[in-house]
Amino acid sequence: MRAAVVVFPGSNCDRDMAVALRAAGADVQMVWHKDAAMPDNIDLIAVPGGFSFGDYLRCGAIAAQSPICKAVVDHAQRGGYVLGVCNGFQVLTETGLLPGALMRNANLKFICKDVDLLVNSSNSAFTSGYGVGDTVCYPVAHHDGNYSIDDEGLARIKDEDRIAFTYTNNPNGSVADIAGVLSENRRVLGMMPHPERAVDAGHGGTDGQALFRGLFDQMVSA
Amino acid sequence: MKARVYVMLKNGVLDPQGEAVRHALGTLGFDGVEGVRQGKVIELDLADGTSEATVEQMCEKLLANTVIESYRIEVQ
Repeated sequence: MRAAVVVFPGSNCDRDMAVALRAAGADVQMVWHKDAAMPDNIDLIAVPGGFSFGDYLRCGAIAAQSPICKAVVDHAQRGGYVLGVCNGFQVLTETGLLPGALMRNANLKFICKDVDLLVNSSNSAFTSGYGVGDTVCYPVAHHDGNYSIDDEGLARIKDEDRIAFTYTNNPNGSVADIAGVLSENRRVLGMMPHPERAVDAGHGGTDGQALFRGLFDQMVSA
Repeated sequence: MKARVYVMLKNGVLDPQGEAVRHALGTLGFDGVEGVRQGKVIELDLADGTSEATVEQMCEKLLANTVIESYRIEVQ
């Protein structure tokens, strides 16, 4: 599996993401936001967490307009895999690759803790390593993770089984406890919790490993 | 020329910051504040002759996230 990790000014989970992908067997390259193209033959693009461009205007809004994001959108539209975590999820909603938007947490607080998630769909390369109904524990660290989508959009992603993860104890006010959402072709996943921070015993848990291994298995067998 | 863009959360989208401001006003003794919505104002210095349609494109592409926000443009 060949993966690229996008780095914006203000990204701070980019190296954690690279470590998690490499641990799963991926060949990883870092890609700077001013680059206009991805390296050749990339299978997966990871858009990491952080505070790209200082969260100015709206979280992810400026990053979504950067040159590299056009390449991310092109990759997704060609059927490539994209994983957006935390700020990366915000960036993907701002590009329109994923529906909805991430708003300020309902309690207005920055939330930094481990949370339990339910695997709501195992029908994706990202979640194939889990069973529906499994509980996994990943850390969250965000101020704007309150997922918002209109009723029509919510009905659609429910009908299409595109809610990948839900919170067992909603920390941020997200509609329908949504923690992670898939694109229509199930190859783009955005999620607020950090699977890359749960891949080593030193992290306090390894529940994230199955996500990266699932991706790797998919790429190798493809 | 100048243009001013008002960006607000759409009606029906819960505004937790506005709600916190409303609560704080109540704590200060201001009774009867039944709702507060918080938005932002963006002032643009534009070359003369820039059309309102161009400002509208700026709003659609960047200044507002139309999934959750609405905007209003005032050209001065």
